[in-house]
Amino acid sequence: MIKYLIEKEFKQIWRDRFLLVLIPLLPALVMLVFPWATTMEIKSVNISVLDYDHTPLSAKLINKISSTSYFNITAVAMNKREANDHISSGVADMVIEIPNGFEKELVNDRTSSLMVLANAVNGSKAGFGTSYLNAIIIDFAAQMNFAQGAISLNTMGGISVEPYYWFNPSMDYKIPMIPALIVLIVTLLVGFLPSMNIVAEKESGTIEQINVTPVSKFAFIAGKLIPYWIIGVIVLSIAILVSYLMFGLQPKGSIFLLYGISIFFILGISAMGLLISNYSSTMQQAMFTMFFLIIIIILMSGILTPISSMPEWAQVIAAINPMTYFAEIMKLIYLKGSTLADLMQYIYPLVVFFVIIFAWAMLSYRKRG
Amino acid sequence: MFTVVAEDIAKSYSRKVRALKGVSLSVDKGELFGLIGPDGAGKTTLFRILTTLILPDSGTASVCGYDIVKDYKEIRKRVGYMPGKFSLYQDLSVRENINFFATLFGTNLKDNYETVKDIYSQIEPFERRKAGALSGGMKQKLALSCALIHRPDVLFLDEPTTGVDPVSRKEFWAMLKRLKEQGLSIIVSTPYMDEATLCDRIALIRNGSFMDTDSPSGIISKFDRTLLSVKGSRMPALLKALRADDRVHSCFAFGDTHHIVMNKSVSADVIGSLHSSLLARGFDDVEIKSIAPNIEDCYMYLDTINR
Repeated sequence: MIKYLIEKEFKQIWRDRFLLVLIPLLPALVMLVFPWATTMEIKSVNISVLDYDHTPLSAKLINKISSTSYFNITAVAMNKREANDHISSGVADMVIEIPNGFEKELVNDRTSSLMVLANAVNGSKAGFGTSYLNAIIIDFAAQMNFAQGAISLNTMGGISVEPYYWFNPSMDYKIPMIPALIVLIVTLLVGFLPSMNIVAEKESGTIEQINVTPVSKFAFIAGKLIPYWIIGVIVLSIAILVSYLMFGLQPKGSIFLLYGISIFFILGISAMGLLISNYSSTMQQAMFTMFFLIIIIILMSGILTPISSMPEWAQVIAAINPMTYFAEIMKLIYLKGSTLADLMQYIYPLVVFFVIIFAWAMLSYRKRG
Repeated sequence: MFTVVAEDIAKSYSRKVRALKGVSLSVDKGELFGLIGPDGAGKTTLFRILTTLILPDSGTASVCGYDIVKDYKEIRKRVGYMPGKFSLYQDLSVRENINFFATLFGTNLKDNYETVKDIYSQIEPFERRKAGALSGGMKQKLALSCALIHRPDVLFLDEPTTGVDPVSRKEFWAMLKRLKEQGLSIIVSTPYMDEATLCDRIALIRNGSFMDTDSPSGIISKFDRTLLSVKGSRMPALLKALRADDRVHSCFAFGDTHHIVMNKSVSADVIGSLHSSLLARGFDDVEIKSIAPNIEDCYMYLDTINR
């Protein structure tokens, strides 16, 4: 009987032209477009230069700054007020002020100071910009000392730190974003589609006709759930394929393990959709409830901001959020190549979530009012 | 042994909306029972209770000897329900719909073809068509086939002929008659009074209560007032004048005539006296006839005295 229920769901999806296009197109588009857009990398920070020194050395520093890919010199200011105007009008994100006597001080005393101003409305841009600029200036100072034959004990401490980023050596933001985006798109589709399903049967009245039949709650809910698991696997496969073709990224770990674990996540999220559908009496209600839940799930899963920096109550939500675990699993399999044994601690919560939500969805499906 | 027995069933949706105020009925095996009443009278609520879709607030009922609260699972195997709103899958074909519901009842079309043959054979040429693309009459036939596919003992039909053309309506009632002859108990609701006479027994339902339950002829025979039909050129003004007349109990527009129920104590020559008093008020072309009541007259009359 479940087989026939599943067959019926697929017939309906197959005849819905919109869904038929949406299901493959959405993951493909998301994987093609979003990795480029969801980058934390700061590029093209606009700088206004306020140079009181006007010496070859200050010109050299400015040249060094503009030669990087991060900074564009977009304006030159004559005085402080003009520099402030550049920031407030948006011409520049940052101002570098080189004081009069910069060259002289640096040559004579081997030390000088300059001022960096940043527009902190865009906090991460200001933060990253300042630290990039700092790094450039320190580098510049080191070069200067070296050029003059002096050993830069005071400015550099004689130690230079060469960071090496494991699992993503070039710090390409697209790489950690891809597993997160795969999780995101799978969640969206297998969350929203089932949440519309039972409530659609309520709106069309077909649920009445089902309810007078002896079909069991388990068969009904399972018959609704399994099609979404299959759709989830299709969406997952398309996303994995596109990210391999476009970005050459493939999981370091076992792909079978990834698919195996995805069963619990997809079924859990789909069951949540059905649960919402059971409690809603119109498509609109189901839509908004699901929308709200999905936003919470995404924002509190750690894929956008680290969970460890959230307040405690938010960490509690993250701890019961299935996406937290699945996003972690995806990241670990993709980038680190973790094995089943490493991942068990993340799999248990997914299984528990699925079992609870499935039971709840089954019990909340009322065949009589 | 009655197939369906309901006793004092009441159901409220909220403190204000009392859909059923304690109704009782009993339907025999092979009986065609009609629930006659306007929209909002409580017909659908009663159907939903008897088909175990909702629970009553009070009262007891049994279908095929099973209690509607305790043994709802047994009842679901034995009843066919056709809701008022077409509720099959519009995006599935005729054949897919019937197969789907057959499977849910643990049977298939082949084994039960004889049961539905009479009806299903009429839509069989359109088997591959989507249910949503069928005409109103064909939709009803498909819905009835789906309700019959598991050979139920009782059939609940909620306004099966609402929105169906007169020819299909006639056909539909002919089908019900044949089903009844096979021993099926059928409970059907309808807002059309003319369909009431096609039932073995009817209940006139109004505002959640039964005004009367009897055979159609039994209900008509209880009508003990003088009923007149009045026709004239200025019908709206005539209606007003008649309602103001103290010999008239109630008066309703009925097609192109007015049907008036006279008060009990009218004289034998009421037609003549009514004619002359209307003439005196300027209605010079009225035609008054004494007529035999139909179910609608009985319903309207009972409605006025129960108000």
